[in-house]
Formats: sequence, C-alpha cells, structure tokens
Amino acid sequence: MTGRSMDPERASARVQAIAEALGRLGERITEAQAREIAVGQQCDCQEGMFALAPTRRGLLGSAGLIAAVGATAMLPRTASAKASPGAVEYQVPEDPTKEPGRLMGVDGGYGSRSQFETDVRWVNPTRTASFTPLQASYGTITPSGLHYERHHAGIPNIDPARHRLIIHGMVNRPIKYSLADLKRFPTVSRTYFLECSGTTGSEIMKAREPTVQRTHGLVSTSEWTGVPLSTLLKQTGLKPSAAWVLAEGSDAAVMTRSVPIDKCLSDALVVFAQNGEAIRPEQGYPMRLFLPGWEGNISIKWLRRLEVSDKPFYTREETSKYTDLITTTGKARIFTFTMEAKSVITFPSGEMNLPGAGFYEITGLAWSGRGKIVRVEISTDGGKSWSLAALQDPILPISQTRFRFPWIWDGTPAIIQSRATDETGYTQPTHQQLIDERGPLESGPLFYHMNGIQSWAIAADGSVKNVHPT
Amino acid sequence: MFLRSRRHDVVKRLTCLGAPHSVASPHRHNTIAVAIIAGGFALALPTALAHSQGYTSKYDFGTTATEQEIAAVAIAIPADGKGLPAGKGDYAAGKAVYEATCAACHGADLTGVAGIPDMPSGAALRLVGGRGTLASANPVVTVESYWPYATTLFDYIRRAMPFSAPGSLSNDEVYGVTAYILAEGNIVAKTTVIDAETLPKVQMPNRDGFIPDPRPELFK
Repeated sequence: MTGRSMDPERASARVQAIAEALGRLGERITEAQAREIAVGQQCDCQEGMFALAPTRRGLLGSAGLIAAVGATAMLPRTASAKASPGAVEYQVPEDPTKEPGRLMGVDGGYGSRSQFETDVRWVNPTRTASFTPLQASYGTITPSGLHYERHHAGIPNIDPARHRLIIHGMVNRPIKYSLADLKRFPTVSRTYFLECSGTTGSEIMKAREPTVQRTHGLVSTSEWTGVPLSTLLKQTGLKPSAAWVLAEGSDAAVMTRSVPIDKCLSDALVVFAQNGEAIRPEQGYPMRLFLPGWEGNISIKWLRRLEVSDKPFYTREETSKYTDLITTTGKARIFTFTMEAKSVITFPSGEMNLPGAGFYEITGLAWSGRGKIVRVEISTDGGKSWSLAALQDPILPISQTRFRFPWIWDGTPAIIQSRATDETGYTQPTHQQLIDERGPLESGPLFYHMNGIQSWAIAADGSVKNVHPT
Repeated sequence: MFLRSRRHDVVKRLTCLGAPHSVASPHRHNTIAVAIIAGGFALALPTALAHSQGYTSKYDFGTTATEQEIAAVAIAIPADGKGLPAGKGDYAAGKAVYEATCAACHGADLTGVAGIPDMPSGAALRLVGGRGTLASANPVVTVESYWPYATTLFDYIRRAMPFSAPGSLSNDEVYGVTAYILAEGNIVAKTTVIDAETLPKVQMPNRDGFIPDPRPELFK
C-alpha cells in the first residue's frame, strides 16, 4: 500500500496540527505535509504515488481526520505527471456537493486552470517557435500562457533589478532606466494583436499543416501596458538628424532591428505588462518594445538598448531574414513592417469532426495592422458566393475581432472560407493573387506577410481538412 | 476602521466623478476626502477638482547614462562600419576558427548541416552559393547570394555566434571568420585582410537587390 510508515501517534498529532492550521484563513499547507497526512492515513483509496483525498468512509470514526476532510480534498498533487501544463491535479469527488471544496490559498495565491483543460502551445520541430491553439480560442484575448512565441536564441532569464534600458545615440542626453523608473511614467494600456511575419508563409503554394494552430498560430492578442516611446524620447531629446532607432534585446541573439523615428514618435510603446500582470519571460520580461500593427520580431523583447541614428543599421534580422524576395524579379522588399488584413475560421477547422448535418456557428478571428476590421465575409461554397459575418464589438484597431456566422450544414462536402476588409478598404487576397504579385516560392526563404484566404474542406463524413481549392 | 473604509468609499466616488485624467494626485484626493469627512459633504468638491496639475512633458526619472555604460552595450555596426573595433583577420586565421567553432552547424563546405536537433534546417544554415537563383521559385539565400552589407556579417557573428556560446569570439577571430566566409563566397580574395578599414568597402553581390515596401498591393 503505502511505501512509508509513520508512528501512529505522531501521525495523529500531525493531522491534528494541520487541521487546526486549516481553521485559520490563509494558512498554507506544504506538499510535504500533505504527503505525511496521506501516508499516515490507512484508507483504501490510495493509488499511485500517494493519496491526498481520503474517502469519507475511510475517515469515519476519527474525529481528528474528519476535521481534515476539507483540507485533504483541496491539497494539490503537483508532483503528478497527470496534470496538464498550467494545471494542478486535485482529487475529483464522486459528488462535489457532498464534501467541502478546496480552501482558498492552497494554490499559493496564484490560480491555475482546470486539470481537465489540456490545450497547449505547439512547438515546431526546430523549437524556434510555438503556436497558439486558435482552435480552442474564445473571444479575442489570448491567455498569456498560450501567447505564441518566436525566439532567436531561447528565453533569457532576467533579474529586473539588474536590467537597464539605455537610450543613447543622436540624443541630447543619454538616459538609462530601470524597470522601477519606467513604471513611474504615465502609462497607457492598449489591446493589440501581435503576429509573426512568417505566419502561414509555408502555406502559400499548397496546404501543408493540418490544424489552424499550426497554420495560423503565430498570432495572439493581449492587453499591453507601458510607456509611450515618444515620452521616453522627449526625456533624452533628439538631434535634428535623428531618423531611425536601433532596438536591441538582452537575449543570446542580442536581437536587433532598426525602427523609423516616425513610428517611435507615434504609437510605439515600451511595455512591461500583459493582460494585467508583468509580461511573461517568453514575451520579453521585464520590458519589451511594442510596435502596433507591425511584424512581431521588430517588437524587440528583453529590451536593453535604443540607439538613435540617422540611418538604419541593416542588421541580420532586417536583411538576410524578414525581407520579402519577389521571385519574379529577384529583388527583395526591405523594411516591410505592416501586417495587413487577415482572417481565419477557427471553428470548424482542420482535424475537427462535425458530428452530422445541422446547425453550426462558424467563428473565427480577423485583424489588420492598419486599423479596424470593418467587414468579414464567409463563403461556404469555396469562394463562389459570400455573406457577411457578424462582428463582435467592441471592434478595436490593430486588434483581433471575433466574427460569427450561423450555418446549417446540409451534410454534403463544403469548403468554408473567411475574408476580411479593414478600414482602409483593403481586402484579404487569395493565395493566387499573392503569388501573382510576388512570384511563386517553392523552397528557400519564407513567404513573409502571407495573408491569403484560408480554406477548410468539410467532407460528407464531417471531417475537416486544410485545402487549397482549385 | 469605519472611518477608514468610509473614506475609501468617498475617494472612490470622487475618482468616478471624473476628476482625473490625472494620475498625478492620489494624495490630493485623500486630502479632499478627509476634508469632506471632517466637514460634512460640503463645498470642497468642485474647487478641489479644479486643481489637478495635469501632466508635464519632462520627468526626472532615470539617470544619465555614462560613456562607459553605453560603450559596454553599443555593439551595433552600421553599413558604413562606424564603431568597428581594432583588430584584423584573414582567410587562414578565419579558417581555423571556422573549423573549430562554426563547421559543426554550417558545414565543412559552408553549405549547412541538415538534421541537427533544435536547429534550423540545413538550408537556413547555408553560408555560400546561390548566386543567380534569386529570380526563381527555388532561391538559395546565403551570405554570398543575398546579404547586402558585409558589416552585417561582422555584427551578427560578434553578437550572436557561435550559437552555443554567443559573444565568445575575440574581435580578431570575428574578423577572421568574416574574411573566411567572404573568401569562400568568392567575394574577396583569400589574401584580403579584413579590418575596420577594409570591411565596409567590401561590395556584396546583392548590394542592389533590395527595394522599398510598395504595399498595400493592388491585387488584380
């Protein structure tokens, strides 16, 4: 049964002490204490490594243990391999109305999601990027733990007490800021999407990836809080020749990009918070640049330095990468910042199975780096005809907009698509329109800024597949 | 206790009433609240709210960065080579460094090694070749065929390479590896010494291969 034995008297005293502690609001029990309780209990419910939740039957007759019922039921089993990432596994009672639930505070004061929820970021084979599970998304905000990642040399672990942001170059006074300094400035909070310029790039010539997570998962939306970069540049002052700002990260890639000064003086932010708490290490803790509507990699994470200059630096990440080769001419577009209007149906989407003909709400996300989404159209016949989807308000600029479309599926094969139009009048193109503009690309660099219309084919058996309609 | 929670309430209500925009004066509100509580709900409100000081444009946060502090991190090299450090390297010196620290991923022949766990594909690790392929559906994008500036090569190797030990090469070693890759790509002669003087003058084959972003595209 249990591997360890414990002196019965000692165990009883221990349980008593813990039960007493639990009577005091806010007291925490360590996992080690929980193990001791479990080991001390000779109940018949114990399976696996150790049991934390005794049955009521096993407790009857022991007054001290009865006092601990609520306690034991709430204790986390963090060591269990069964809990999904971001979750803690707790005992599941037969009838949750027949025994007290967990007390507050046993989670240490930071909650976790249900142990029954399992959606996670998908990491690509080279471990250079992870993708948001859009198929399981609701509304528009991406949970911070599911925000997509793209790192160029891993996630640095940075002590905010030692981190500094230095602004220098063509300024009147170079200044360095700590995180605490930054937080003293007037701040703004904005809900913006962030998208990797490589999102869906591999889909340009043919349908490759099976799910919407793997095709479109390099886009996410958060509420970001920070200081306008214009405020910080007011403190340093700018020389008249200032035209570009080099942003540099404190990661092992010491990632650098050149940013036009106009962007720095308009809506650029230096953010330290995401969705109401400090930004995650994967998102640039303790501070990152955020350039709304622009390709993700230029919003330099772990920001340590801003160098004001009269010219761009032509860094590796803005020349050899993140430039768009036009294969019909052999010339490449450089400094292609904006992420243009795009949308995708997240339900139904690749690898799902519809149980049969009948009503379905088609839903998905639309976004544009140039402003607000004004229209999303849905086709259920492979692009022959289009109908308007309903847009969930509030519709925010440079943010994801949730769309919905009621649909009665008649059980015959169908191809469903969405196409977005933004407030500039720009409408999301087809793959063929993009290929006509930029040339075909079978291998080599990525087809960046690929915002073509996505198609999902629904077969008669209800299975959903990523396709390029002919 | 009662007074305190009551006061908190009043402060909250005042905030809702819309004084601020201001983030500037929570203390002022506390004072107002105390005044109100002390004197009953009297005339203090409109007068007090008119006194928000608003925002300034200058803030005395942060400290002046010294030249040493800047020099410790300002490692970026622009296309004109400004800031290139002293030191030099040539093909022979660079070859030794390359074979010891670069070849494992980039390959003995500089064409990239495929199938390394947790690393980009072999094609992405390729450094040479590919000239004349850019106007095709299967372009081979390398330092030789694609990079517009040789200074970028020095900058990137120094800041981020080798992948497992970034920043570990001396300036001489970085100059050497730069010379080696440029010579293997038939961009400079094997006798060329690369230093702060010569590197910015290297003419890359695809120097004129880049155009400004013409988007939004007008699709047919």
